[in-house]
Amino acid sequence: MTAPASAPNSPTTTDKDPYLRVNDLRVQFPTEDGVVKAVDGVSFSVERGKTLGIVGESGSGKSVTSLTIMGLHNTKRARISGEILVGGRNVVGMTEEQTRRLRGRDMAMIFQDPLSALHPYYKVGAQIAEAYKVHHPNASKAEAKKRAVDMLGRVGIPQPARRADSYPHEFSGGMRQRAMIAMALVNDPDLLIADEPTTALDVTVQAQILDLLEDLQREFNSAIIMITHDLGVVAQVADEVLVMYGGRAVEFGTVEQVMRRPQHPYTWGLLASVPSLHGDSDADLVPIKGNPPSLINLPTGCAFHPRCRYAGRNGDRSFTEVPELHQVLERGHLVACHLSEADRTKFYAEDIAPSAGVAQ
Amino acid sequence: MTETLVQEPGTEPVKPSRPSGEPLLVVDELTKHFPVRSGMFGKTGLVRAVDGVSFSVQPGETLGLVGESGCGKTTTGRMLVRLLEPTSGKITFEGKDISHAKGAGLRQLRQDMQIIFQDPYASLNPRHTVGRIVAMPLQVNGINPPGGVKKRVQELLELVGLNPEHYNRYPHEFSGGQRQRIGVARALALKPKIIVADEPVSALDVSIQAQVINLLRGLQRDLDLAFVFIAHDLAVVRHFCQRIGVMYLGKLVEIGDRNSIYERPAHPYTRALLSAVPDVTKMGASGRIRLEGDVPTPLNPPSGCRFRTRCWKAQEICATQEPPLTIKPNGTTAACHFPEEGAIK
Repeated sequence: MTAPASAPNSPTTTDKDPYLRVNDLRVQFPTEDGVVKAVDGVSFSVERGKTLGIVGESGSGKSVTSLTIMGLHNTKRARISGEILVGGRNVVGMTEEQTRRLRGRDMAMIFQDPLSALHPYYKVGAQIAEAYKVHHPNASKAEAKKRAVDMLGRVGIPQPARRADSYPHEFSGGMRQRAMIAMALVNDPDLLIADEPTTALDVTVQAQILDLLEDLQREFNSAIIMITHDLGVVAQVADEVLVMYGGRAVEFGTVEQVMRRPQHPYTWGLLASVPSLHGDSDADLVPIKGNPPSLINLPTGCAFHPRCRYAGRNGDRSFTEVPELHQVLERGHLVACHLSEADRTKFYAEDIAPSAGVAQ
Repeated sequence: MTETLVQEPGTEPVKPSRPSGEPLLVVDELTKHFPVRSGMFGKTGLVRAVDGVSFSVQPGETLGLVGESGCGKTTTGRMLVRLLEPTSGKITFEGKDISHAKGAGLRQLRQDMQIIFQDPYASLNPRHTVGRIVAMPLQVNGINPPGGVKKRVQELLELVGLNPEHYNRYPHEFSGGQRQRIGVARALALKPKIIVADEPVSALDVSIQAQVINLLRGLQRDLDLAFVFIAHDLAVVRHFCQRIGVMYLGKLVEIGDRNSIYERPAHPYTRALLSAVPDVTKMGASGRIRLEGDVPTPLNPPSGCRFRTRCWKAQEICATQEPPLTIKPNGTTAACHFPEEGAIK
């Protein structure tokens, strides 16, 4: 554990130096209606060759976190504090020019919608070649083009030399997503952030893309952050999982710990509300009551308390005190919840473990 | 060709009280071709979106239609409620041929058949109040329910779990899940016998998705509604539907009851589709069938079996002869020359 004393909720699980380290990140957007606290004190780290899954519903702050790491927020509009160390360099406070130099070579991002991330007017190969030339100014046009064709072949596009001269609209959805992955990987980035990379795709294509990311990770030993709302995808690809709610981390651990022995009532709720291919199909799903909170007016205390079945089991702490991440049961498994150890174990054994959503 | 209801001996029937009488809805060789112009010289082609699909729905039964994008499931749903005109084939509702119903006949039909759309943001008029939106089907059909329109609308809002006092609010004041509930209330206004639900929960967050699925399941049981439930999420469909049809490139490739489809499907495509679903109960990507490439274009579908270009079992006969839908040993009705047998491991 190398977590600094000033950040008690920093989920650091190994002694190796991780490639990405986020410390107490806060992102706020002042608006006419009030300050939107999109991310409120989140800390995590990712090593090379590992995949961190970030799970949460819309408005949980998962996408804002990733855009902040990439330095894609307008610093005039957003108030950002905390520390984002990418290979030892702090991204927070960097100038536009400095982040641009990191972006592409040190870190790259895959977006959900490839059609809006690719330029409709330029050929796919030319767009990938351009991304290469930004970081290799001395490369000739022919070299860049060759590199682009190489990458297209690498991500599994048939006849890459011919398809490099196609426009994005001539590609199918899965091929566009591959082209975007090729563009993100053209400079061999050390950190790859994938924001819902397969949400718009069919399951068979999703399986191809997830396999591809895994193969490429093995080859380049890059660190991957996989942002998704699909717990099945997380179970499949992640090494560690961070569950976010209302701009804060509520649970962190290895994929085994979070998916098989979840400890936070919100994670329980998520798992119980997902229909599965196994188990009793006639049983009703157990949804989480209510709606995700507004980030302008977060509920006091634990932001999840209005939707929590177990709020108030530990005095009125849930309503007044914001819970900090602390270790439960096993090393590295962190949970932000006021339930006492005994209560949590009891509720888990009685209510949660028998339901279909939790892996047995 | 009407798909027959098969019940494998020795297995628990999905719904023992399933009426064996007249089906509510019968679809026979339903086809929709869209003409398109491609190339500079206006060469015309045909997109074979739906190409000869047959199935039936019993009263109170839930039929799921699953498949990848472009397989024709949405087009099929829209033809059922006659938002699209079929190119050929026949749709029979309660014994009446409705394939080309028009005018008053069509309005009458839509009292019994309603649709719920995928996008809760685009399917509600932002300038109408919720009360007006839900009352619209009553007004269009000139129905004056006992107690007045307002009372009926408030009952409907309560039925779908919304506060009846929100009668005068506008759609933008509601969240995605609540808007989908408004869409459900509108669909229920005319007391339909069958609802076509086109991806009703895919735009919602997981916790909200479960709320809406439970609502639809409750309504289906309480009102004995029949559903044609169109979705790409196989886990959601398993949870909602008694019988499931799998579509590929405009064709129905397999249909059967829930247990047979999910536990021992006969068609290789169904197996591949199921194995590709990332499941929360499984760690890692073990036992997945890798399908290569993309779905071919419906402008020029492969000859014979349309799945053969991606199928690992394909042989010569698959290219020359289209496999007919027949009952396979495992209990489902599938179109395959070399059906799989036994349960999924």
